[in-house]
Amino acid sequence: MANKKANSKQQPVSRRQFLTDSGHAACSVGLLGLGLGMYGEQSKTHAALALRPPGALIEDDFLGACVRCGLCVEDCPYDTLKLARLFEPVTTGTPYFDARKVPCEMCDDIPCVKACPTGALDPKLTNIDDAKMGVAVLIDRETCLNIQGLRCDVCYRVCPLIEEAITLNLTQNTRTGVHAIFEPVVHSDICTGCGKCEHACVLEEAAIKVMPRELAKGELGKHYRWGWEEKEKAGRELVPNIIDLPNRMPATEAESLNIAPVGGNK
Amino acid sequence: MSVSAKSTVIGQDAIIEKGWLKTHQWLLLRRVSQLSILGLFLLGPLASIWWIKGNLSASLLFGTIPMADPFLLLQTFFSGHQPDLTAILGALIIFTFYFLVGGRVFCSWVCPVNIVTDSAGWLRRRLGLRKSTQLARSLRYWILAMCFITPLFTGYVVWELINPVSMLHRGLIFGMGMGWSLIIAIFLFDLFISRRGWCGHVCPMGAFYSLVGKYSPLKVSASDRSKCNDCMDCYAVCPEPQVIRPALKGEASGVGPVIIASDCTNCGRCIDICAKDVFHYSSRFANKAEK
Repeated sequence: MANKKANSKQQPVSRRQFLTDSGHAACSVGLLGLGLGMYGEQSKTHAALALRPPGALIEDDFLGACVRCGLCVEDCPYDTLKLARLFEPVTTGTPYFDARKVPCEMCDDIPCVKACPTGALDPKLTNIDDAKMGVAVLIDRETCLNIQGLRCDVCYRVCPLIEEAITLNLTQNTRTGVHAIFEPVVHSDICTGCGKCEHACVLEEAAIKVMPRELAKGELGKHYRWGWEEKEKAGRELVPNIIDLPNRMPATEAESLNIAPVGGNK
Repeated sequence: MSVSAKSTVIGQDAIIEKGWLKTHQWLLLRRVSQLSILGLFLLGPLASIWWIKGNLSASLLFGTIPMADPFLLLQTFFSGHQPDLTAILGALIIFTFYFLVGGRVFCSWVCPVNIVTDSAGWLRRRLGLRKSTQLARSLRYWILAMCFITPLFTGYVVWELINPVSMLHRGLIFGMGMGWSLIIAIFLFDLFISRRGWCGHVCPMGAFYSLVGKYSPLKVSASDRSKCNDCMDCYAVCPEPQVIRPALKGEASGVGPVIIASDCTNCGRCIDICAKDVFHYSSRFANKAEK
């Protein structure tokens, strides 16, 4: 008898039952998917100070490629990389580093990229100097010691690409009138975003910070051209016979250059 | 040790008949397997012995053999990423392994969440909690479908945002943080809300490995089913009790004795708990051989 019962249980469910059950499951799972999608979108815009390892694909692609295995983390010899934990402001399980705590030491052999099994860290990155983990930004000129006329220079000196990624721009110190200001200037085409400068900044809170490039960089309109570059490329005036109006300068400087000052000659 | 005030205690007959150790041998072996796999992964970070690196999502054994979770790799594929050869090879290795030994061997012999849900299931029995929200066993397959469909729209892996399986294993190696809250939630869900709720109804990873093991050769068989005395202990301990009946009670209708259903996790608890030694590890071809 028990066997008969077992057999009757094998009978297919009615169409009505099947449709109801399927609809029920599809709706609940659809809602779950929607919720996860919203959570995903939220965590996609991660904290500005969380940097991806060298060679990481752009964020959208990275989140589709990274399997959160932590092989890059375990192969990082300086314990720079960490895996994000639940409720941290970086997508759960993905590798990142906080430059102020432990910056990237820019290993020549790039072990983190070699360790990545999926290509989320792009194996095409073979020279660490080409890495673009972020870009350093001198974000607070009001506290930067160099901008105030002191000779701190620490960010400049720790930079692995000294004189290339960070240079010192010499200007006059108008406060004292007799001293110089050595302004640290970051060149984003060279800067790898390793974070040594942010890590070394002597202030309580770093005045120079490494940020994801999307956040830090401006971008020209596609149509926009720098006139002087176009002129050089063309090797001639782009608009011939243009009338060059007199330059306007403060009287003292104009005098030394022998051109007309602001407001014309007296 | 007084177990409870209930008239019949699950496994009591088997303990009297076979002894405690025999009644728990596969359970103990599974715990050894689960913990030693976790231990191997922890050897690196804790003792700098790097036999294996990474975690269950992807790893590297002895610095040469790649392994990757095919479930996760498929999700990255649906996100629009073409994975590197290392990961594809790793996923093939894992896929082949679980195909051979039974897909859900992952669930019962490897997955760290199994210890959590088994504990909840055990406590549920001990406390005599009978109330359980009925979820459809098919729910996990719907969730599995969602895991593959949503990345088509979002462009990134969605299930990994909350996947407690990878989160627990990763967390134990790399730090849990608030991940514990999710694991505790699953424990409480299984204990108070739904019997075997997580592993048996919700987890899409289990659903995926069910499919991997659809045609696995290694199976549990009720080969001595004529000895069954209907004590029902196997149903009580089985994480997927629906798989037992066709094999155990199908003699008259010519079904079984091998448990063919791929939901079976090959955990061997039924083998342990049966005082009459009805169940044995066997192969799926044993069905045909007997006929």
